[in-house]
Amino acid sequence: MNPTTPTRKGVTCRNLVKDYGSGESRVRALRGVDVEIAPGELTLLVGPSGCGKTTLISILAGTLDATSGDFSVLGVNLQRLSKPAKADFRARNVGFVFQQFNLLPFLTVAENVAVPLIINGSSRATATTLATEILHAVELGDRTQSFPSQLSGGQQQRVAIARALVHQPRLLVADEPTSAVDARTGHAIMELIRQMALQPDRVAVVVTHDARVFGFGDRIITLEDGRVASSKRGERSFTHDPLAPA
Amino acid sequence: MRTGCLFPVWLATCYSSFSVILLREGAPPSSQDTLAGILGRKGDAVNWIALKMLMGDKSKYFAIVFGVSFACFLIAEQSAVFCGVMLRTTSQIRDTHGADIWVMNTGVRYLDDAKAISDDSVFRVRSVPGVAWAVNLYRGQGQAQLADGTYQAVILMGLDDATLAGAPTHMLLGSIGDLQIPDAILVDEAGFHQMWPSEPLSTGKVIEMNQRRAVVVGVYRASQTFMTLPIIYTRFSQATLFVPPPPTGRLTPFVLTKAQPGLPPEQVARRIEAQTGLKALTKQEFLDLTMQYYLRHTGIPVNFGTTVVLAFLVGTAIAGQTFYLFTVENLKHFGTLKAMGMRDRRLIAMILIQGMVVGGIGYGVGVGLATVFGIFSQRAMPLLAFFLPWQVLALSGAAMIVIVLLASLLSIRRVLVLEPAVVFQGGS
Repeated sequence: MNPTTPTRKGVTCRNLVKDYGSGESRVRALRGVDVEIAPGELTLLVGPSGCGKTTLISILAGTLDATSGDFSVLGVNLQRLSKPAKADFRARNVGFVFQQFNLLPFLTVAENVAVPLIINGSSRATATTLATEILHAVELGDRTQSFPSQLSGGQQQRVAIARALVHQPRLLVADEPTSAVDARTGHAIMELIRQMALQPDRVAVVVTHDARVFGFGDRIITLEDGRVASSKRGERSFTHDPLAPA
Repeated sequence: MRTGCLFPVWLATCYSSFSVILLREGAPPSSQDTLAGILGRKGDAVNWIALKMLMGDKSKYFAIVFGVSFACFLIAEQSAVFCGVMLRTTSQIRDTHGADIWVMNTGVRYLDDAKAISDDSVFRVRSVPGVAWAVNLYRGQGQAQLADGTYQAVILMGLDDATLAGAPTHMLLGSIGDLQIPDAILVDEAGFHQMWPSEPLSTGKVIEMNQRRAVVVGVYRASQTFMTLPIIYTRFSQATLFVPPPPTGRLTPFVLTKAQPGLPPEQVARRIEAQTGLKALTKQEFLDLTMQYYLRHTGIPVNFGTTVVLAFLVGTAIAGQTFYLFTVENLKHFGTLKAMGMRDRRLIAMILIQGMVVGGIGYGVGVGLATVFGIFSQRAMPLLAFFLPWQVLALSGAAMIVIVLLASLLSIRRVLVLEPAVVFQGGS
């Protein structure tokens, strides 16, 4: 089997260590992390600032190399992949939602959403058609020709979610997706992620320190000082926007 | 003014038109009539993203294009002025029509270095097989005294009395045949205005040279010379009277020669050299000899070369800095694309495409501006030497490629070392 071909497995980490710098200036961000993330679940990575959440999610997404330890994502050992192969893995299998949205300001909403498909080799016309379809699904079908700067924060994050999912990735990683929006919008975004990301063979990992959205997680993994402090099942208390008017 | 062609102006216009189309704000993604659309459809859609990134911010885009255009303008303009100056060093050789071989003293290094040969040389040259005809040509420097008593240095050309071979061809007033009138001289247009400023061209003006009367019977148009002195044509016999007798008694500096039809001038020139012991050069060889002398023994190449190199360095700095800053300001976007799985070679291609587009537009605008500058500045400053041959366009194009590559390399390096994980760190 091709080593870059994902299986129905989720994410497994064993004694994952990540150091930044070297010598006396070395900083150990992850100190032996053991994590199991099953497909079909929405996993929240929580913890205080500097605990290693972003480092862990970067390694899982294949954008950062671990210093030591074993881990596999969707059954693929990313450590063994070359740089281009890792880029291809990300392009095919990973959807990203960033804290600051990271939409490309020079592209329209539809063009932004089309980018992952273009990276995967789709023609511009095909990519734009598919992007328009998913934008209708996130209720932005009337804003396809708008530029990101013309949208509210919540709308921009919805565009980012559409972009993360347009190419049907097996792994969705979201970094603080609700930190730049208000509480109501944050809940709507988490609901959208839950609706769109959770499939039986899909892994969704959301980094957050926003306690208001903890209720959306199937599993909550708490990191402290580079280690897993706890891993427990979430209560899934929010199935709808609790702040919405009755 | 001489320009290689108006191609640069056309090029700049085309590029500008493309730019305007490309910069249409809010153009729909399906617009297939744009350059971006063409590249996106026929090539790789990633190219289209690169162009959208490049032209998304008009002010930055124009700043980069301006930098490259300015660099290209400086290089093309200075190179064209250099070519213009070099061209002037040989203008009299080029303006002498009819003969295809110049025979001269073996010690001559360039046109103005004329040394006299024996006056019977013309007969010896005529005796060489393959020579169709040969005539004396006087060339020297004289002093003209104007009616108001002022003196003006002039270049004096003496044509063969019988044939007037080598005479100017572009007459503005009078005719070549008028040189047969006693004391007759022809003056070039620029020289006329130099001696009689703000007076209309006319015949009948009288000057004195070597205390002998000379009458202007015609005015002709000549190429500008390096020394920018008036050029006076007269008959050979007359010319020798307009200058003091030389100490050697020899009066003839050149013999103009024509090879018989069907014979290569080079071959006839070598025969003349072998038979007479004189130096015989084809017109092209004499042009090259003169130009080589100015290139090797004057400060012209160094001075202009310094300016061109400075223009190149300044252009590289401006273009490199603006393009590099553009990349730095877009690092967040490159990082996002990198995180989303775009390979490094695709990112390199994006930067190179951006560089090529900027370089291409900058080149078109730059050489276009240089051409327009040449056209208009020469109307205001007739003494400005400006010649834009295709070699200058090629040189400017090559310089642009180097500048864009250097600028792109800096940007590529910055993007290649960018860790894709940076996008998770607060979005920057």
